[in-house]
Amino acid sequence: MESETPLPLDRNQVVDRYFLEHRAKVIDVAAFLDRVDRASGGDDDDFRLRSLRAAIGILLDGESDRAQRVLDLLSDPSEVPIDRAPMKGATGAWDGFEGDQEGNAG
Amino acid sequence: MYIDPHVHMVSRTTDDYERMALAGCVAITEPAFWAGYDRSSPKGFFDYFSILTDTEPKRAAQYGIAHHTWLCINPKEAEDPVFAREVIDLIPDFLDRPNVLGIGEIGLNKNSRNELEILEAHLQLAADRDQMVLVHTPHLEDKRKGTRLIMDAIANFGRLDAGRVLIDHVEEHTVREVLDRGFWAGMTLYPDTKCTPQRAADIFEMHGTERLWINSAGDWGPSDPLAVPKCREEMRRRGHLEATIRKVSFDNPLKFLSQTGRFKTEVTPTR
Repeated sequence: MESETPLPLDRNQVVDRYFLEHRAKVIDVAAFLDRVDRASGGDDDDFRLRSLRAAIGILLDGESDRAQRVLDLLSDPSEVPIDRAPMKGATGAWDGFEGDQEGNAG
Repeated sequence: MYIDPHVHMVSRTTDDYERMALAGCVAITEPAFWAGYDRSSPKGFFDYFSILTDTEPKRAAQYGIAHHTWLCINPKEAEDPVFAREVIDLIPDFLDRPNVLGIGEIGLNKNSRNELEILEAHLQLAADRDQMVLVHTPHLEDKRKGTRLIMDAIANFGRLDAGRVLIDHVEEHTVREVLDRGFWAGMTLYPDTKCTPQRAADIFEMHGTERLWINSAGDWGPSDPLAVPKCREEMRRRGHLEATIRKVSFDNPLKFLSQTGRFKTEVTPTR
């Protein structure tokens, strides 16, 4: 379906306008993963890190709708209400995610 | 000129009202929400509803901004259903105040059974009093599941017209389903945890501009009360038409909110 409000920029214009901003974000992610590796102690199998590595895999798979698919990957896939809220906040990833440390989805 | 249809000014300084007015804000709506702590008694909500219907309209009018509100107990305080129902019992006495647009922001937080029970109690009140509804959808990993549970609850309830319900905080993985089920949808512009102005512009390009608006949801956490004009500027920089920018930041909220019969975009500055 063709959008009623298509992006008015061509690909070169998109890259010219947004490259530096996203170069910085990629380096931030790399530095974050380095920081995790340098840190001592703690859990080395955190579901958030496994989810993040799997999300990075989505960025590289060449398919479309990456943002939607990353959000889906980070979502609780269950469908029925839980008995009681365990806390008020959210962690940003589903704690039942079974992907591995190499970024493979479970 | 723009409308910010979701902003928690009770958590912001008067300077923010001034900055929003300078950026072109003419009207806002402020849903009741979680204050960052649990109130110790329903009387705390009586005071809060009084602030939303009396204090904030006066503060906004100083800068020529028309202030409106939605009333409820937020799902973050719905895990105690007895307490929540005592708060809901307070709401009818406020519904006739001139700046009250309806019930909101109701919804789910962690998608629990108690939250769902209190959501349904709010839907009942909305239907009984012919009120419009503003819906909060859960955060982060809980959003997709909660958005579906909420839409199912409204559909199963059966007494509310989807065209009079706005499902807020949609993102790429929920926006299409919300629109396809006939609801209005809101995108909240947050620096980290919801849509950035750039992603909101992307979503307009991918999903169109019908029944879709943007808001700042500025509150006590990381948020930006000028997020709506920043998204307008992002769209302008991409080359979108001024009519398109106006539609998503003024015409669409005006169209939805005007169904209440109480929404206005003009107020005489009192300062």
